[in-house]
Amino acid sequence: MRTILGMKYFWPYFWKLANPKVFMRWSGLCLPWLIALTVLCLGTGLIWGFFLTPDDARQGSTVKIIYLHVPSAFIAINGYFVMVLGSLFWLVRRQHVSVLVAKASAPIGMTMTVIALTTGAIWGQPMWGTYWVWDPRLTSFLILFLFYIGYVALWAAIENQDKVADLTSVLALVGAVFAVLSRYAVLFWNQGLHQGTTVTVADGVNQKNISSIFFQPLLLSMIGFGLLFLTLLLVGTRTEIRAQRLQVLEGLEKLK
Amino acid sequence: MLKVSNLSVGRGGISLLNDVNFVLKAGQALVLRGPNGVGKTTLLRCVAGLQDPLLGDIDHEGSVAYAAHAEGIKGSMSVIENLKFWADVYGRSMTEEVLLTYKLNDLAQRPAANLSAGQKRRLSLTRMLVTGCNLWIMDEPTASLDAENIALFYMTVNSHLQAGGAALLSAHNDLNLNAETLDLAQFCKARSIVTSNFDEPLE
Amino acid sequence: MIQLFTRDVVLSVRSGGGFGLALAFFLIVVVLMPFALGPDQFVLAKIAPGLLWLGALLACLLSSDRIFGMDYEDGTLELLATSPLPLESVYLAKSAAHWLTTGLPLSLAAPVFGLLLNLNLKVGGVLCLSLLLGTPALSLIGSFGATLTLGVRRGGLLLSLLVLPLYIPTLIFGALAVNAAALGKALDGSLLSILAISLGAIAVLPFFSAMALRANLQ
Repeated sequence: MRTILGMKYFWPYFWKLANPKVFMRWSGLCLPWLIALTVLCLGTGLIWGFFLTPDDARQGSTVKIIYLHVPSAFIAINGYFVMVLGSLFWLVRRQHVSVLVAKASAPIGMTMTVIALTTGAIWGQPMWGTYWVWDPRLTSFLILFLFYIGYVALWAAIENQDKVADLTSVLALVGAVFAVLSRYAVLFWNQGLHQGTTVTVADGVNQKNISSIFFQPLLLSMIGFGLLFLTLLLVGTRTEIRAQRLQVLEGLEKLK
Repeated sequence: MLKVSNLSVGRGGISLLNDVNFVLKAGQALVLRGPNGVGKTTLLRCVAGLQDPLLGDIDHEGSVAYAAHAEGIKGSMSVIENLKFWADVYGRSMTEEVLLTYKLNDLAQRPAANLSAGQKRRLSLTRMLVTGCNLWIMDEPTASLDAENIALFYMTVNSHLQAGGAALLSAHNDLNLNAETLDLAQFCKARSIVTSNFDEPLE
Repeated sequence: MIQLFTRDVVLSVRSGGGFGLALAFFLIVVVLMPFALGPDQFVLAKIAPGLLWLGALLACLLSSDRIFGMDYEDGTLELLATSPLPLESVYLAKSAAHWLTTGLPLSLAAPVFGLLLNLNLKVGGVLCLSLLLGTPALSLIGSFGATLTLGVRRGGLLLSLLVLPLYIPTLIFGALAVNAAALGKALDGSLLSILAISLGAIAVLPFFSAMALRANLQ
């Protein structure tokens, strides 16, 4: 009952954020707290993870890159998810703020994908003796990166704001379907080529045997990265809203 | 036939025309007048359904035939093939007699790429007949026509009106057509920014 | 819809940009490959399936920016949008015409070009079949990309950037099917997966493409 009541109060307020003025006010209020919380979580999680956990028996200290690798990968996927949601809301509700959230989400997600890929490569070198393996999971992230590039490039290519919002939203939705499809296709593909010789990726969260000494700081880092994403998303969206307002002001100047 | 009420149209986030109202009945033609950039094309595009109006309603029955500045003529197809294609798209059968209207009969088999600008314009005016639509929307239809063909154009529009059709045209010079004229300059006084929610200060 | 399809086929045959160019491009890619990789017959046979798929895919992509480009520039698209023909049908008709003038000849030529790469005819048959099932998806996706980049000047590069990632699943399953045939294995679900992608594209993409076209015509 409580959650239902909560929802009843939550959604009307949530949709009010679609008004740029309301969004600016609330995001402005939230930002300092978010920044503080991000610094706290991320700082604690990373320091704890890097300096206060023992080296892994098998992997040595290289394992500690997990505190960057896993959270960034997590945000890379969720960044795309936010992008798709923002696009969907724009196509359905036609409120600019939602598509600007999507627009702001893309570069953050793209950067996180690069961080995940780079840290993965750095981790992979001592582990597998090579920077890159065409492992299904790595490949999927590379593909995700390509989808991000396309989305960002389309935003950059067209001037007319409403038109480009429509087009990028359509691309984000179709891209999401094909990204999921690629994910499964890649699973088939690698299995098909290297039967049985696939490299096992020691991807922290999914391995049940990871001990809690490593897991607790990892969880904190992940929360920290989540907050970092939220902070950057708010900052990015605020910038985009201001840019939109600037365009309107320029238009007003032209009218005079 | 066509009812436009409280229509506002705009381009690039700026409203061009506000509060446009008019009614077009069967047998009537309306000429939209105004200087360059006043919003004639934008208004016609909205009525044709290509562009969403900012505000207001556009009601019309059935499909419309629209003729824009760009004529959509395929150079590698002959005059008759171009017309046949549009007849097919509108689900109509077409006889070659329609070519007589603008005296294109001698050019029927010629590739459209070899037509002059005036001949191309005549082809695109013939296209309006081929569609069989009652409501014609034409953007500066007399551009690049000589006096003789302009006279033909008036005749064609008049017989279209007599047959129960209607036409909405734009022109920047006087049309010697038995039609009402609507000067669009009166609707563009209160031009404003229309991007929703961004027209007031953010903070 | 059929009238638009016929017209597009006629236009591409007359302008010479349809059958000819994509096929010639495909041939050149196939011919250049041995220069890059060496004339070793064994190596060529091993990589031939993937290479032929990739070549066909690129040929499809390069020809797809003209699907809507011409009609957008000369105003035909606006006139079509005001006609009783829904934009979904416009998209489908044009994609089908593109497939007939590009995908189909590419599929039929692939086994023949495969001979240059020491690909035996039996595998060539599977290649042809996989391309026949897969090129509709390539045409539909390429054409969808073309609706997005319609108003962009020099949009060819952007189009590749948008479309190539979308081609990945089709390419993977296509190459898988042919590679499996080359290794003498029974055909698994790959061919069915390609068919599923093509059918899925027919079902979903018209809706989104029409949306993109409408946005571009605003």
